[in-house]
Amino acid sequence: MASLKIKIVKILNEIRPEFDFSEPIDNFIEVGMLDSFDVVTLVTSLDEEFKISIDGVDILPENFATLECIVDLLKKYVDK
Amino acid sequence: MDLKFKNKKITGILTVLPKREILFEDEMGNYNFSIQKSLKLKSAMGYNKKRIVEEGTTSSDLCVFGLNYLFENKIIKKEDIDALILVTQTPDYIMPPTSNIIQGHFNLKQDMICMDINQGCSGYILGLIQSFMLLGQDNINKVVLLNADVLSPKVSKKDRNSNPLIGDGASITIVEKDLENSKIFCSVKMDGKGANVLEIPAGGARLPSSNETAILKEDRSGNFRSQNHLVMKGDIVFNFVQKEVPPMIEAILKKAKLTKDEIDFYMFHQPNKFMLNKLADKIGISREKMPSNIVGKYGNSSGVSIPVTISDNIGNKTLNNKYKLCLSGFGVGLTWASMIIDLENLNFCKIIEY
Repeated sequence: MASLKIKIVKILNEIRPEFDFSEPIDNFIEVGMLDSFDVVTLVTSLDEEFKISIDGVDILPENFATLECIVDLLKKYVDK
Repeated sequence: MDLKFKNKKITGILTVLPKREILFEDEMGNYNFSIQKSLKLKSAMGYNKKRIVEEGTTSSDLCVFGLNYLFENKIIKKEDIDALILVTQTPDYIMPPTSNIIQGHFNLKQDMICMDINQGCSGYILGLIQSFMLLGQDNINKVVLLNADVLSPKVSKKDRNSNPLIGDGASITIVEKDLENSKIFCSVKMDGKGANVLEIPAGGARLPSSNETAILKEDRSGNFRSQNHLVMKGDIVFNFVQKEVPPMIEAILKKAKLTKDEIDFYMFHQPNKFMLNKLADKIGISREKMPSNIVGKYGNSSGVSIPVTISDNIGNKTLNNKYKLCLSGFGVGLTWASMIIDLENLNFCKIIEY
């Protein structure tokens, strides 16, 4: 779990280096830390990092709103 | 809605692409994005090059050029054409129909049917369906299906949602009766509640173009566009496609009593590589079976993207081989449509440049 979070934060910080994603944030998308193209880049990076393919129907803003949301989403695939 | 056709076939496909090529990097400075971020977008979405027309070129110019090529090279005869269908979102005029203009240009016989159909991303499949229906008539033996879209003038150069992907093009598909017992399976669905997801707000009767509709305004994501420009709510389109297309493919394969592996290629509309890769993964086929090379090579030419994909990937090979294809288009409308069809021993299947 902890290592999953660390890997996700590393990827997020590479996509938007101007923000610190390890800080608690209410909603990455609503505050403008991630836009829809960042989400595409994030999904591509997560797919590659974890050797998974996140289902297209799961690529919804609410699944990328916080670090916890992203962890919960990934658990669906990584735990399989 | 499921549809089935018998004894109809495609006998040739000619794709017309503008010579003018624009690189993603040429326009990167237009977007309210860092260079680094733009390059990430390019990589994730598969953008690279696109073909767009020179200013003033219209849909009928591309169609006339292609038809002229077929007539001059004696590939088809004018007098054999019983119907001319043009599927386009960019007609030359509001009236008359552009298909009539093309008929008049070539002085084709009067004893024929011309019609324009306003459809986009699913326009190839809807045009084929209309062609097959016309071929159900005793007096119609050869239909020329034209697909043409010149959307580049309708896209804001400062809109990174749409501008990197939009290309222009036209295709000419010859559709005829088939003496063999061929079967074609189709599925079409529509949802007009999503009509504003992909739209050009101004320029029609509801909101005529004016100085006011031409004012560029910035959206939440830093894109600049006016009401005269194409608006695409990309995230909604993406989710609609991922939700609706895979079950449609499953259902049509079941109707045709085919397994996924029995399809040689899934030739789909190509908005971006990311969307297609996700569709391939969800449907459960290899990404090699669903070519996604066209959007980065020529751009997304809306209803023309499926014939471009066929012509570019298996063009010459269709002259001497048989391919079982699953076609699928999805987008403006909202409309989504799929078809399973054999392509065998075509008379021609190639791309020419305008």
